Amino acid sequence: MSLFQKTIRELHQMLVDNEISSVELTESVLDQIAAVGEKTKAYLVVTRELALRQAKAADERLRAKRDVKPLTGIPIALKDVLCVRDVVSTAGSKILKGFSPPYSATVVERLEAEGAVFLGKTNCDEFAMGSSNENSGYRPVHNPWALDRVPGGSSGGSAAAVASGEAIGALGSDTGGSIRQPAALTGIVGFKPTYGRVSRYGLIAFASSLDQIGPMTRDVADSAVLLQAIAGHDPRDSTSSPRPVPDYLSTLRDGVKGMRLGVPKEYFVAGMEPAVEQAVRDAIRLLEQQGASIEEVSLPHSDVALPAYYIIAPAEASSNLARYDGVRYGYQAEGAKNLIEEYMLTRQQGFGPEVKRRIVLGTYALSSGYYDAYYLQAQKVRTLIIDDFRRAFEKVDALLGATSPTVAFPLGAKTQDPVAMYLNDIITIPANLGNVCGISVPCGLADGLPIGLQVIAPGFREEIALQVAYAFEAATDLRKLQSPLMRAAAA
Amino acid sequence: MSAVATRYEVVVGLEVHAQVLTQSKMFCSCSTDYLTAPPNSNTCPVCLGLPGSLPVINRRAVEGTIRTALALNCEIPEFSKFDRKNYFYPDLPKGYQISQYDLPFSRNGHLEFDVKGEGRRCGITRVHLEEDTGKLLHAGAIEEAQSSLVDFNRAGVPLMEIVSEPDLRSADEARQYVVELRAILQYLGINNGDMESGQLRCDANVSLRPVGRAEFGTKVEIKNMNSFRAIHRAIEYEITRQTEVLDSGGRLVQETRGWNDARGLTVSQRTKEFAEDYRYFPEPDLPPLEVSRAWVDEIRAGLPELPAARRLRFTTSYGLTAYDASLLTSSKPMAGFFEETVRMGAPAKAAANWILGDFSRLLNADRKEIEQSSIKPKHLQELIELIDSGVISGKMAKETFVVMYRERDPGPALTALRGSSQISGDAELEAIAAQVIAENAQSVADFKAGKERALKFLIGQGMKISKGRANPQRLEASLREKIT
Repeated sequence: MSLFQKTIRELHQMLVDNEISSVELTESVLDQIAAVGEKTKAYLVVTRELALRQAKAADERLRAKRDVKPLTGIPIALKDVLCVRDVVSTAGSKILKGFSPPYSATVVERLEAEGAVFLGKTNCDEFAMGSSNENSGYRPVHNPWALDRVPGGSSGGSAAAVASGEAIGALGSDTGGSIRQPAALTGIVGFKPTYGRVSRYGLIAFASSLDQIGPMTRDVADSAVLLQAIAGHDPRDSTSSPRPVPDYLSTLRDGVKGMRLGVPKEYFVAGMEPAVEQAVRDAIRLLEQQGASIEEVSLPHSDVALPAYYIIAPAEASSNLARYDGVRYGYQAEGAKNLIEEYMLTRQQGFGPEVKRRIVLGTYALSSGYYDAYYLQAQKVRTLIIDDFRRAFEKVDALLGATSPTVAFPLGAKTQDPVAMYLNDIITIPANLGNVCGISVPCGLADGLPIGLQVIAPGFREEIALQVAYAFEAATDLRKLQSPLMRAAAA
Repeated sequence: MSAVATRYEVVVGLEVHAQVLTQSKMFCSCSTDYLTAPPNSNTCPVCLGLPGSLPVINRRAVEGTIRTALALNCEIPEFSKFDRKNYFYPDLPKGYQISQYDLPFSRNGHLEFDVKGEGRRCGITRVHLEEDTGKLLHAGAIEEAQSSLVDFNRAGVPLMEIVSEPDLRSADEARQYVVELRAILQYLGINNGDMESGQLRCDANVSLRPVGRAEFGTKVEIKNMNSFRAIHRAIEYEITRQTEVLDSGGRLVQETRGWNDARGLTVSQRTKEFAEDYRYFPEPDLPPLEVSRAWVDEIRAGLPELPAARRLRFTTSYGLTAYDASLLTSSKPMAGFFEETVRMGAPAKAAANWILGDFSRLLNADRKEIEQSSIKPKHLQELIELIDSGVISGKMAKETFVVMYRERDPGPALTALRGSSQISGDAELEAIAAQVIAENAQSVADFKAGKERALKFLIGQGMKISKGRANPQRLEASLREKIT
């Protein structure tokens, strides 16, 4: 087994035991990127020199046994929506082509403080808008399980990197399912924490009231480790919560015995692939066998979550993306004759079609005369969805369902039909609107393609989501599943 | 104007933008110094609107807004929030301004002020807080400039918007409203009231309606008025212009007009058809604010004496007329100058006359504020004393005041004035000394008995006889000689 196939926790032990050095480990991962990177197109930028420099520094820490943290020396990939000082950070958009921020995101600083090694910036849908990664302003990402298929999105690059051995772990961002859905489609674990659990400072915004950064890893314990490092209040983000962060590893193995787990009937949506439904129902049965009591619950407003999301998120995006005007940084169109033309050409040429579609949707929803009917109405729906979860969590400890109604679909299959594409996120969106947390953990394969089980826990109860996901993972041997690309390269 | 006043009623509402003088900006820790710092030196990822940056509220700016609102008798709601006002402009780095829409920090206040000694009251709709924009510098006139530069030092400076009800009925009232408001901001220490540098800005909504009609006429917004005088002139101009349009049977269009001070007229900038849709929505990067009653009470308790209270005190304690008190208190530094001069011993009426008369004339001509002058309360007090003791005539004093005003140090001019009129001639001094000795036999005896203090008394008597003009050293010498 090559080093790049292992988990954060296995590698941490090896580093601490002096079996390997971080430089060796980092080179192993960089070699894998060199070997398969052109197949997956998971990265937009590989920061080879930075990674090796950080690995050397980590090795010194390890050698001196000084300030050694769970992530010291571990190679991590960062979604391109995260600002890294002096590293090109574009949110997958041409409008930010060549933009190197003069500062780093809080999560990046926290990983740096732990001594993590940064491999580079992973590809994603432009401004995190998409469910297949085909909206990348540069090039689509390919799924390591089947290269003609999408990896999901928008954190498809991070997902593909972790699934192909091009990173040991990664950070993604999730506004409507952008961590969980690609995790499901690439057979890895992806965790969207509760809004406010992780600082958004330095996360290039899509929809400010929904965006949340989270871990993407090979197994549940690794997600706990990565979340532990990035969670907690940040004075630079007024929406980050001051609640203390519990020790996620201490309760990870407590099991589901005696837990009440709810299955929302609305989550078995029309159009769900039978193999997906079967795998999820099998997973639920397995958790029941582990001692959990299972009951059906209802989240009656689930059907209006998607429409509400497609008002709120584009509305916020239309405002968040106004700053990309070519005046101060990023792409600037040439040949404009005046200011208005400068704005129009820059934005016409710099943004891709999906981003433009959402800017138009959001601008319309906020317009005078339409605000009450769209934006305000959507906010009311959001309140109902929050209430749905609150009521459900009075009865159960966590909720179970599929992450995505389908397995990975072929590239190009849905690009002509935005609504079909939006439906990918139908069971992930409620967790974003409802201010709860959700984790996707692999629960099987259908025709060689991964399926994800989603565990949703109440707001700021990340430990419950991790505990349930871990109990399921531990009861199966799915953790050992590796993408063909990872297996082939290792062989 | 009298014809206008009979046919149409003038309706004016004002929107005043006033910066809150905090050390750091509204949403980041950058310095608010945008007047002297090199362009774009006081900037950071937050106030430049770089991707991923987030705002953090400056509590001091909120406190300053609530202080102002309390001084304007506003209600302070328990919940407030920030909203985004969306529009594109190169001086607006995020493509939206963080402002307040439907839940401002305050509403429903009022401001009382005097117009020519008569009391007026204008409703305050709201006082809210927002961030200022950057500043554009065009290479030449804006219409022809081949390039424009932008300085973001001002971007993110806390800015209050103080919106009045349409309660003002003349250009005089509008001007006095701003004079009073500016004074209040100065007294609160929130804004220095400088209109030329843009720390205080004023827009006016002006409309006319036939006398007796309840509904308002079409309103015109006037921008770019950078002085009290400009406010007055622009509104007067607009009243005349609108009167002429209405009298000739025309219709007014709802529009924004800019005041051109050099040409003395307003020019149409944009009409309602092109009015922006700002797409206000709650700022998702900032949680709603809870304004605790305890905090409001604490701010209220810390309010200083405001111009109205000081005005009242000036009439009751110093016996000034309401008009003089109103003029003096309209500027905090001027009121302070007056009180200090009186505290040093000058009679109140004389001090007020000097400050509001000669001194103000000189300052106005130079467009200077009283605190910028080299003349200090001590100088004025001494000058007044010289007049009151008959040493110099009023005419001499006025001439000397101008000299003093021009000097960097007015002291020597004052000393020279005293010296030039001093009695140093032997004959005159001898006569004074003789008179003192003749009239104060007891003190002369005391001095002879060895009481040095008695001589001081005798010198004092001599100064009195000479109306302060005697050279005290020479008088002393003369007395000693004569007594011993």
